[in-house]
Amino acid sequence: MDFNISNIWLVELFGVEFWITQTIVNTWIIMVFLIGFAVFVRFKLRKMDDVPTGFQNVIEAMIEAFEGFVKSMSGEHGKYFAGWFFTVFLFILVSNLSALVGFRPPTADWVTTAALGFATFFLTLYAGMRFRGIGRYLKSFFEPVWVFFPLNVMGELSRPISLSFRLFGNILSGLVLIAMVYTLLPFALRFLLPIPLHIFFDLFVGALQTIIFCALSLSYIGAACAEE
Amino acid sequence: MDPLSFVFGAAQLSAAIALLNGIATTVGQGKIGAAAIEAIARQPESAGSVRSTMLITLGVAETSGIYGLVIALLLLFQNPLIALYLQLAG
Repeated sequence: MDFNISNIWLVELFGVEFWITQTIVNTWIIMVFLIGFAVFVRFKLRKMDDVPTGFQNVIEAMIEAFEGFVKSMSGEHGKYFAGWFFTVFLFILVSNLSALVGFRPPTADWVTTAALGFATFFLTLYAGMRFRGIGRYLKSFFEPVWVFFPLNVMGELSRPISLSFRLFGNILSGLVLIAMVYTLLPFALRFLLPIPLHIFFDLFVGALQTIIFCALSLSYIGAACAEE
Repeated sequence: MDPLSFVFGAAQLSAAIALLNGIATTVGQGKIGAAAIEAIARQPESAGSVRSTMLITLGVAETSGIYGLVIALLLLFQNPLIALYLQLAG
């Protein structure tokens, strides 16, 4: 059973030693893939048609579907964050699906999901301050009465932790289960029997957790910038 | 008894106990699914929005089960007590 995060090489920066892990390398590979895809789309769409056909049609349909999703989850103000969440959506989706081609998905490391969860946390604060004003947003922590301030802060702080552990736990549990099945099976059976497991854990759970992460983040942001 | 084997055995037992919260999680998820089926049976035209809301609610209800899983995995593979014991034993 091999599902630990392997260290690849040691880097020393300003006297601090840290390891470049498999997670970081896989994240770089996925980043290269996504950036390459973005550049490809940009050059393919150099001449925009007014009436979209073919490739442009597909891309526009994707963007419009995602904007509709953002609007339905977080209301009118959420459109400001649609770009960031489309990036996050694609990154998590490609990370989860990369388990299909034998990568260790970067989202099966709490480091990655914690970064995404805390990004949502800071975006929530920013959204509240931008769309409701600093004073009115900070005042919402003291509602209904000032005694509730610690509870409200705890509630706000528990969100990134639950968001990140949900994604991390789901992907890691699939990874561990599939690794266990591969270890238990004799060599001849390893090619056919695990296919349904890959379809469920990598394709279905991966896509579902991506949608759940984005939907929950967007509804937190929508709640932060909603006027009461 | 060898103290190290006691620490390992206790870690595995507590991992099993941590996973018991899957019972409650499953009951909760079953209730969500039953309510969604009732809603769809009553108003079949709302099936699309009920389904997407159900999936998100299932994800939220799953959280406690996932916490138990993370605790069990930490106890099994990254147990701080075993590291502490090895450090103390030298």
